[in-house]
Amino acid sequence: MRELLLCPPDYYGIEYEINPWMSRARGAEAVLAQQQWKNLHTILAKLECKIQLVKPQPKLPDMVFTANAGLTIGKRFIPSNFRHKERAGEAPHFARWMDEHGYEIAWLPNDFYFEGEGDALFGGDALFCGYKFRSDIKSHRAVADMLGCLVISVELVDPRFYHLDTCFCPVAHDAAVWFPSAFDEYGQRAIRDHVPDLIDVAPEEAVHFSCNAVVLDCDIVLPEGASQLVGTLKERGYRCHELPMSEFLKAGGACKCLTMFLPQREVVE
Amino acid sequence: MFSETIELRGHIIDSLILPKVLDQILTRGANFKIGEIKIGEKRADQSFARIEVSAETSEALDELILRLRQHGAEVIERANVQLGPAPADGVFPDDFYVTTNQQTFVRLNGKEIEVQPAMMDSAIALDRNKLHARAVKFFDVKKGGEIVVGHQGIRVVPVQRATSHTNIFQFINTSIAADEPKSAVIRELGRELRRARNAKGKVAVVAGPAVVRTGAGEHLERLIELRYVDLLFAGNAFAVYDIERALFGTSLGVHPDRVLGKGGHENHLRAINVMRQAGGVATAVEKKILKSGILHACVRHQVDIVLTGSIRDEGPIPGVTTDVIEAQKIMREKLGAVTHVLLLGTVQHSLAVAAMLAPTVRTVCVDIDAAAVEQAIEHQPLQSIGLVTDVEPFLRELVNSLASRAEEIENGNGEA
Repeated sequence: MRELLLCPPDYYGIEYEINPWMSRARGAEAVLAQQQWKNLHTILAKLECKIQLVKPQPKLPDMVFTANAGLTIGKRFIPSNFRHKERAGEAPHFARWMDEHGYEIAWLPNDFYFEGEGDALFGGDALFCGYKFRSDIKSHRAVADMLGCLVISVELVDPRFYHLDTCFCPVAHDAAVWFPSAFDEYGQRAIRDHVPDLIDVAPEEAVHFSCNAVVLDCDIVLPEGASQLVGTLKERGYRCHELPMSEFLKAGGACKCLTMFLPQREVVE
Repeated sequence: MFSETIELRGHIIDSLILPKVLDQILTRGANFKIGEIKIGEKRADQSFARIEVSAETSEALDELILRLRQHGAEVIERANVQLGPAPADGVFPDDFYVTTNQQTFVRLNGKEIEVQPAMMDSAIALDRNKLHARAVKFFDVKKGGEIVVGHQGIRVVPVQRATSHTNIFQFINTSIAADEPKSAVIRELGRELRRARNAKGKVAVVAGPAVVRTGAGEHLERLIELRYVDLLFAGNAFAVYDIERALFGTSLGVHPDRVLGKGGHENHLRAINVMRQAGGVATAVEKKILKSGILHACVRHQVDIVLTGSIRDEGPIPGVTTDVIEAQKIMREKLGAVTHVLLLGTVQHSLAVAAMLAPTVRTVCVDIDAAAVEQAIEHQPLQSIGLVTDVEPFLRELVNSLASRAEEIENGNGEA
């Protein structure tokens, strides 16, 4: 059974603009956001996940996006160092919760920006890490030092896809869903070199955050609006669970951003 | 050129960060030199690379480094140069840095300052206020002047080998022994001199008495008349041989056909006396006392002449600088704009001039003594050719190749 960390959207809203999706003129509807989040919670619970909830905090609207809390490997938690001051206040709350739940907290140096599972996803034996918009590449090296695993650093070049989990989603040991043009050519090559089976997402589907999916073995929970991708995944034997995510897309997030694995990996090889 | 050293660490091979950084350096018109590289052996092992990045301007370098930092490049902080005061006039502090003739930079407060001129066997004097770094000789330094000591904060940029084979200096880059063929090389040198003249380069000739004694004087005169010489460095002896030949047809009393002339070796001293009476070479030409010879050609064609003295001199004739320090200063100053140097049949004078040259000056040394040739060209790697041969056949062939070409052009059969 997979264990996941979520945060109810009690204080969620568009209160600042730190990515191209956010516009304070286009606020999220609170009731609808609650409904969409509950749908996600329900489906994840149905898929036999153990769901943990961290208490939301006022004035930290993006705390709902728990994927950015940090990276958990076994009982070790590497908290994020958020690039934007608007989100920096989330870190101590996540760290406290993890500490209270028996995780060892491994802080990175203060001046290394790192935004957790949002920019760090295991694909096979390698940890793929995105850099430039949020995390910086120096943090990747520090994470590699801590975990002793191969880290593939890839540069993100499209500001709409500012976290790795918005454009790259490993679905199996050797397979991933991705939106190639979110990466520079070296990043694309590095991913191709290390992931033999890549499923491209069309640009019109990528903007619905189709890559921002929670993968639970053969079940994939993803935002609605990606009929081609869903068709491809179904052909490969995956069960797709499409959810409306309109209110969270307004902040540049969707299913995966709202979820952190506890842990993402038990051990690294 | 301005440079910084950067370090990259991490999974820079698997992530293609190393090739990305190197590509970015090149696509922005900068260059790199990999100083050290360690590739991780096991899958999880991180790799390391230390890279020297250089760009034409400090702004271009700063902008590039800013971009490379995004990809994890860390700039290695370079130390400032260390300075010590000159303890007395004409004395350098202990442990003063001795220059090479390569382009050299010193770092002060994070800025690189180029040492001017690029001159070997000097110290470096630094003016903090004007941010000037000068290569200085002993006699240039005053008590208390700040001189670079140790090796910290100094960067030397060797002349790079050209990537094409069109440059004969880099292609040959050695000396050609007495028993090796030389005609093709001499003709190519002729083409090089022609290119230099067309490109407004400046050619200096350093000539020893052997040029006159071997009968090569007429070839050198022809070279001057064809306007391939801008500057002549020689000693008092060379001048006197040339004048004796012009006035009496002999050198040290001997005719070119090896017949002892009337008056014999006295001619040598009489030539000196004539010049002392005339007041100098230029005046002697003006008064039509001196009507032929190399110096005569120099005066007629406005070739700058620098004559220096030595312990063996008779005379000297007027215009010879006998203070060697003063002579060095004059020669160094005149060499500033020179692009090509021919060192012909003189050991000491050639070595003295070779030690004053910037590494980019193209140098040809011709001497019958292989050791002299080797010594004279060793400081100009990639920019020098030595020919072990008698200077007379060399000059004859060089001038013939230039003269025949000149005739072709005059007749409209060749390009300029």
